[in-house]
Amino acid sequence: MTLNWFRLASPATFYPVAGKLIPWFAWPAALLACVGVALGLAGAPTDFQQGDAYRIIFIHVPSAWLSMFLYLVMAFWGAMSLGFNTRLSAMMAQAIAPTGALMTFIALVTGSFWGRPTWGTYWAWDARMTSELILLFLYLGVIALRSAIDDPRRADRACAVLSLTGAINVPIIYYSVKWWNTLHQGASVRPGESKMATVMLVGMLIMSFAAWFYSIAVTLHRARSIMLERESGSAWVNALAETRP
Amino acid sequence: MNEFFAMGGYGFYVWSAYGVTAVVIVAEIVAVRARRRAALLHARIAGSDDARPAAPTGSVR
Repeated sequence: MTLNWFRLASPATFYPVAGKLIPWFAWPAALLACVGVALGLAGAPTDFQQGDAYRIIFIHVPSAWLSMFLYLVMAFWGAMSLGFNTRLSAMMAQAIAPTGALMTFIALVTGSFWGRPTWGTYWAWDARMTSELILLFLYLGVIALRSAIDDPRRADRACAVLSLTGAINVPIIYYSVKWWNTLHQGASVRPGESKMATVMLVGMLIMSFAAWFYSIAVTLHRARSIMLERESGSAWVNALAETRP
Repeated sequence: MNEFFAMGGYGFYVWSAYGVTAVVIVAEIVAVRARRRAALLHARIAGSDDARPAAPTGSVR
C-alpha cells in the first residue's frame, strides 16, 4: 500500500486520522505517568547527597527536554508552512505553542522548587535559567503575536518567522551549562554513560515517554479544534457528522 | 506513611513541584476540551442552514 503524504497534509484528511491517533497516545501517557510517578516518589531510593529533594528530577528533566524539543518541532512546522504554504503545517505549529509554554513553565517551577533546598535559592540569573525563561517568553510571544493579527495566513507567516528566529535560543539553553559557569549542573544523562542509578534512570525515561505521549495527544486534540475553528463553514467541516446539529 | 509524605524533610518542595505540575496539566486538559466544545458549536452554527447566505444567483463566483 502506498501512502500519499501530501493527501494527509490536508485538514479534511488529517482531521479524522488525528482523532483516531489521540487515544493511542493519551492512554499510554496516563499509564506511563502513573508508573513513573510511583517509581519516582516511592520506588527509587533516596539520593545519598540530596536526600528526597532529588525526586523532583522525574518531572523537571522530562519537561525541560520537551520544552526545547517542542520548540524545535514548532519552528519546523513554521518553516514547512513558510516553504510549502501548507495550511496544516501552520495549524500544527499553532497547536504546539501552548503545550510548549506549559512544559517550559513546569521546568521553571519544578527547577525553582528543587533549587531552594539544594542551592539555597528559588531563582538565580544564571545562563541555564535565564535562557529557559527566554524560551517561555518566546512561546508566549508567538501566542500573543498570533492573537494580535486578524488574518490567519499573515499570522502564520509572522509566527513562523518569530519561531525560526527564536530557535537560536534552543542550542544556547542546551549548551549553557558547558559554555558558562552556571549554578545549574551539567547533563546527568549522556549516550553511553550515566552517573545515575538504574532505577532512577528508568523512572526518568518512563516519565519522558509519558511527557512525549501527553504532548502528542494534547497537541493533536488542539490541532483538531484549530482545524474546525479555521475551516468552519467549509464543505468538509459541514460534512462531518459531529458538526451536524 | 507520615514518613513518605515528609520526604526526608523536603516534603514541601517535592509535593509543591508535583502538585503544581498536576494542576497545570489538568488545567490544560480542561482547556483543550472546552476549546473543542466551542469549536464544534461554532462549526455547527456556521454550517447550519440559516447561517448560510442565500444561494447567489448569477454571481461571478
